[in-house]
Amino acid sequence: MEYEIVIGLEVHSELSTKSKIYCTCTTEFGGEVNTHCCPICTGMPGVLPVLNEKVVEYAVKAGLATNCTIAEYSKQDRKNYFYPDLPKAYQTSQYDLPICKNGYIDIEVNGETKRIGLTRIHIEEDAGKLMHDEWDTGSLVDYNRCGVPLIEIVSEPDIRSAEEAKVFLENLKAILQYIDVSDCKMQEGSLRADVNLSVRPKGQKEFGTRTEMKNLNSFRGIIRAIEAETKRQIDEIESGGVIVQETRRWDDNKGISYAMRSKEEAHDYRYFPEPDLVPIVLDKEWIEKIRESLPELPEARKKRYVSEYGLPEYDAGILTSSKALSDFFEDAVSKSSNAKAVSNWIMGDLMRLLKEKNMEAEEIPFSGEYLAKMVALIDKGTISGAIAKKVFDKMFNTGKDPEVIVKEEGLEVVSDEGALVAVVTKILENNPQSVADYKSGKEKAFGFLVGQAMKETKGKASPQIINKILKEELDKM
Amino acid sequence: MKITKETIQHVANLARLNLTEQEKEKLTYEMENIISYVDKLNELDTSGIEPTAHVLPVKNVFREDKTKKSFDREKILANAPSQEDGCFKVPKIVE
Repeated sequence: MEYEIVIGLEVHSELSTKSKIYCTCTTEFGGEVNTHCCPICTGMPGVLPVLNEKVVEYAVKAGLATNCTIAEYSKQDRKNYFYPDLPKAYQTSQYDLPICKNGYIDIEVNGETKRIGLTRIHIEEDAGKLMHDEWDTGSLVDYNRCGVPLIEIVSEPDIRSAEEAKVFLENLKAILQYIDVSDCKMQEGSLRADVNLSVRPKGQKEFGTRTEMKNLNSFRGIIRAIEAETKRQIDEIESGGVIVQETRRWDDNKGISYAMRSKEEAHDYRYFPEPDLVPIVLDKEWIEKIRESLPELPEARKKRYVSEYGLPEYDAGILTSSKALSDFFEDAVSKSSNAKAVSNWIMGDLMRLLKEKNMEAEEIPFSGEYLAKMVALIDKGTISGAIAKKVFDKMFNTGKDPEVIVKEEGLEVVSDEGALVAVVTKILENNPQSVADYKSGKEKAFGFLVGQAMKETKGKASPQIINKILKEELDKM
Repeated sequence: MKITKETIQHVANLARLNLTEQEKEKLTYEMENIISYVDKLNELDTSGIEPTAHVLPVKNVFREDKTKKSFDREKILANAPSQEDGCFKVPKIVE
């Protein structure tokens, strides 16, 4: 039987405020354990939390950038559960009156645009970190992360494949980075997702029973978890079993998920309004001001790259997928008259080098201006395409100005015909067999001679000129 | 509203309380009385009345996004029943 997958995502994203959501401790990642803590974020009795205004602003920004309705009246609630990563025994979150509602993100998969609905975005606090030791008798808790502000973005069950989930997350990540509310570093846990997944026979209207998978903190992990859980559910149904609604923990090392014990997932959170925090009331004017302050978003940039620079849609999509990469392109293109070439160098050599060195676009070791300069050197004929590749590598490794590299290493194209005739004559003298082969009609020999001449000039000669001279010289013989 | 022993057991579980059979009996009875008493409120006609999110007539209490020095770790850990390597130590969490 053919099945359809139905997926809804809950994405947690840490906001890049300086201080925590309810106290003045730093949100900085890393740091010695339990050194970013105070009585408020460690849940000591008698303390009073005060909401960080930036958290509200960032959440509203995220809501506006994802087409949400911003609530003019919202409140915070306590979500009660016992787990040692949460010293208060409740998480301050939002229940029935979240700050943003009813948004959407458009995604493009296989050339088709699809709209994924967002149910809500709410603000809440992050929990601490638990460390387990196989042999030890207890678990250790570090509360540095406790109280770091989060937004939770909840999607509608509109996603139908692992690929759609991936593109949705990529788009969401790019949006959050563009509006500068989260750095979205998955390896540091500042973007994490829970996956709600069910399967149903194709054509069936009702949803199947869903499971929730937690602990997903890489795109690759999310895709693998979706694939594995889909297969598990279909196998279960095909073999006559039923799907149990449960929370499962994904183990990325083993590539399988486990059902969490029901005690751990007591879904009886007994939410109630947080008495220590008063309602958040936003006026329309303020919301509009935030809306006007939003920068150009990835989707709009992508469209502009296609219309303004004539880039292929695919290239525009890659360039705008990360804010850092897109900003780099913007920087280069503002100083260049050849947007297409700038884009090609980014899409080709730059992406290759970043991948090889396992680096992010944020870490590109030279400015966009340097790339623009290099493209100009090629366009002016100062260096050849082959040499440009070398210059580019050097620029990547040293961060040096390409003009300096070309000068220092003497990489300018040799266009002095006299000098090149000398080179060609020498090559012909040294390769009598190839000359004879050519004369007897073996075209291949010509290519070999061109190669020798290029080698002799270390790639600095223009191949067209070498071709021309070589032909002339051979004809004379 | 009828309170059963199962409800008491469920609430006790959520609150991590171990109750004896006797306590459960007693609490079932007491809880039912309390709930019935509060149920009286349902007799009031509240149609057309806005739900109250907070008892204080106050809104938008915010602080600026500024950091201050955190507490010394020794102080934060001072009341911990058990600690190790600068961390709070809790009973082992098994998954």
